Amino acid sequence: MPEQTFRLNGEQVTVDIGDDVRLLWVLRDVLGVTGPKYGCGINVCKACTSHLNGRAVNPCAIPVGELTPTDEVTTIEGLADTVSADLHPMQQAWIDQDVAQCGYCQPGQIMAAVAVVRRAAEEGREVTDADLDGIRNICRCGTYVRIREAIRAGAENM
Amino acid sequence: MPGADRPAPPSSGSPALGRRRFLGYVLAAPTLVTAAELAPAEPARAESAAADVPSADVTELVDLNDVMSAAALPTSGLITVQVHTDETVSFALPRAEVGQGITTSTAMLIAEEMDVPLANVRVTLADARPELVFNQLTGGSNTTIATYTPVRVAAAVARGRLLEAAAVALDSAVTELTIRAGVITGRAGRSTTVGALAEKAAALRTQRVSTALKQSDRFTVIGTPQGRIDALDAVTGRKKFTMDLDVPGAAPTMVCRPPTINGRVGSVANADEVRAMPGVTDVVVITTGVAVRARTFGQCIDAVRALRVSWKPGSAEGKSDETVRRELAAAELPLGLPPLTPSVEGRFTFHFRSNSALETNCAIADVRSDRAEVWSSLKAPIVAKEAIAARLGLPLGAVTVHVTEGGGSFGRKLFFDAALEAVEVSRKTGKPVKLMWHRADDSRQGRTHPMATSRVRIAHVGDTVLSYKQRHTSVATDLGHGFGELLTAMAAKLPVADLGFSETFFQLSQSMPYDFGVSSRLLNETDKGFNTGSMRNVYSPDVTCARELMIDKLASKTGKDPYRFRRDSLKDERSRAVLEKVAEVGRWGRVMPDGTAQGIAFHSEYHSASAVLVEIDCRPGTIGRPVRDGVTGPRVTKVVLAVDAGLTVNPRGLEAQMMGCAMDGIALALTSSLHLRDGYFLEASWDNYFYTRQWNTPPELDTVIMPDTTGKPGGAGELGVAASMAAVACAYGRATGTMPTTFPVNHGTLSFEPKPTTPPVPQSPTDGLDHAY
Repeated sequence: MPEQTFRLNGEQVTVDIGDDVRLLWVLRDVLGVTGPKYGCGINVCKACTSHLNGRAVNPCAIPVGELTPTDEVTTIEGLADTVSADLHPMQQAWIDQDVAQCGYCQPGQIMAAVAVVRRAAEEGREVTDADLDGIRNICRCGTYVRIREAIRAGAENM
Repeated sequence: MPGADRPAPPSSGSPALGRRRFLGYVLAAPTLVTAAELAPAEPARAESAAADVPSADVTELVDLNDVMSAAALPTSGLITVQVHTDETVSFALPRAEVGQGITTSTAMLIAEEMDVPLANVRVTLADARPELVFNQLTGGSNTTIATYTPVRVAAAVARGRLLEAAAVALDSAVTELTIRAGVITGRAGRSTTVGALAEKAAALRTQRVSTALKQSDRFTVIGTPQGRIDALDAVTGRKKFTMDLDVPGAAPTMVCRPPTINGRVGSVANADEVRAMPGVTDVVVITTGVAVRARTFGQCIDAVRALRVSWKPGSAEGKSDETVRRELAAAELPLGLPPLTPSVEGRFTFHFRSNSALETNCAIADVRSDRAEVWSSLKAPIVAKEAIAARLGLPLGAVTVHVTEGGGSFGRKLFFDAALEAVEVSRKTGKPVKLMWHRADDSRQGRTHPMATSRVRIAHVGDTVLSYKQRHTSVATDLGHGFGELLTAMAAKLPVADLGFSETFFQLSQSMPYDFGVSSRLLNETDKGFNTGSMRNVYSPDVTCARELMIDKLASKTGKDPYRFRRDSLKDERSRAVLEKVAEVGRWGRVMPDGTAQGIAFHSEYHSASAVLVEIDCRPGTIGRPVRDGVTGPRVTKVVLAVDAGLTVNPRGLEAQMMGCAMDGIALALTSSLHLRDGYFLEASWDNYFYTRQWNTPPELDTVIMPDTTGKPGGAGELGVAASMAAVACAYGRATGTMPTTFPVNHGTLSFEPKPTTPPVPQSPTDGLDHAY
């Protein structure tokens, strides 16, 4: 069985599993990291959104064999550690705006939100309505309006 | 923070003058446990019929919520509040939390009545409890209506017991004690805590006691906006849904499903070959397909795709939107002879829609020879437990059904399709399984809101309406999760004894809020070949949408303003008040550019009233916005909702529900439907089924919660869907100059390339790294 090695939420992990198994299943079914959720398995719903080396990606569409030992995967569980706090400012904004309803899509929404704000910051601008319109993550409870409010509030503190 | 300076009356002794008392229990237990019967016993509400015209409205005598509440009376079990030595208070709610916020609102009731901090109240979901009979069904927006009083009674009994124990501990009279934020203070400032008294207040034997409830003018928690009690867990990934649970040995399991709806397995050509694939442990044929169990779901997907199965026909073989349309036309009940007076008439078609939640159907099962244990988000867990026991041939007591937190429901979790499959696979493999539907399965084989037509005729003289007739014809809605039993039990007590289940449900949930003379609404159903169920707000979005569009048409014909016409026709003050509120806040009638318009609509149900005003932009530049693999179309640019849900426990939660209802209404009116071709639904992905996305989300949304005039909670989890859908439809009609008659309005355009049906699930992409941002 091939060995897969990468960094997960600040720690080196090694897993015995085939190269082609998508990262989502390695996280959830093998490593028991269940923050990233399954919603489609074809990179459409974005419920599994996590970060790879600080960029938003969807683990359902990444064969684990493509990761290298220095690749850093951050799931919702590791987000707060990236700012050395109990909560990342975006998580706090989510709580302040009472965004979550069922909560199933929320880890993915928050990870996407952080990436959208970082991208805008790197481009030296504020988050725009077009940025928010472009977020593809589905929320079937329809808490979209609060998601938009939380992203703007969270961006202030990032 | 909760806090009240005055003590409650003791839990025994003479009742305070003029204050209603309730019976509760103190149960024998090591720490304080109090209980109440889950029996709200709300009398059916008799409302006066329209003054001069007889009306046949069943809902004016009794509505669905009264039935759901009254059905509980003779058989209800106890719900219990437990006080722990660590200062927490716990309660196992016999309902399903699927996002609607009932664990939070329930915790608020307990915090209020006991004067303990909200953060110290832990609300979990109760396992299936058959002794509760009809009282463990989450639906009909009934949770708060049915549990508001019993939960408070149990909490009030606990408060009384704690005060009695504190009186001894603090050497004070009960009347000298104050309780605030879980701290009880007596004479000379000596104090103790709820946790310190948890054992002292416990009972050696079960007693029945009477208690009064806190009066509403002393509320410090109920009616205040509170964030959800599970918010921290939700944003940190700690919230556990069914598939996140670690049940020893339960391995990922998926089912290879037929290419057409409810097809059956003929034979499997390569089971041994698939069994030898990486990670795969089992391949077994079950009722609904071929199940594969593997180390990961990814390997399940590989195995499902590799299976070569010959299939037998399904239950909708060869059917399409067009054939169902013809079936519906053939089943339509007549509207009768044309009236002698002027009239307006309309016919509306509503296509199949999916109530698939973001969490697909899923369940964990561990079936042994003599027992079974199941974990799933279930809104009718007693029915599920009974069905599972029957399927396995086990006694009811040998089956344990845990109700887990649900990742959305929208009616889907009234059923337990995945749980039944999971126990079948677990029995056949002899191993625990973690069974999950693929998204493609959830969309194509999962339950739907049935396709329907609604015909409306309004007879009038000038602007006076003489009669209103609506004939709703629908593919059958499966109510087999328990509403059917419930209504059977109650049927003899209702003036609808000659009606079937569905028609009874329809009559109980639909009402005529306008003074429209002789009013009649009838449902006829056809074709039981589809997997259907009660989708959020059930019949109301379609029925209300048709009605409100016809009101716009009549207003237009008679030269009246759509808002004024509604306002002048609504029967009661609460209804008029919500409509007036959205017109005022939304600035009804403001001048808008061509291609944009306002729409306004009203809906009442669940002892609540709602009105919605929207603004829509149907200009080419908006409709043509490019979004990859998405539908943009007209954009709702503003939504104003006004809601009167009676006494509101958590306004912040109510606003959240109304926001979700608005997003549902937008999707139902404009973008979301299933296309039926050759016996299967074409949609297999969220980029096929166009639920509201960020690019469809209104930039402006305003929810107004009306002051309570009833003192009692109404239902609200589904309330806003109907008026939202109707308002969007009305706005679309006014912006484009053409009343829409087919929903969603874009159904005629297929906006995606359908995925193959064999293999039944798509492979996961491998290019994820290319899309990093």
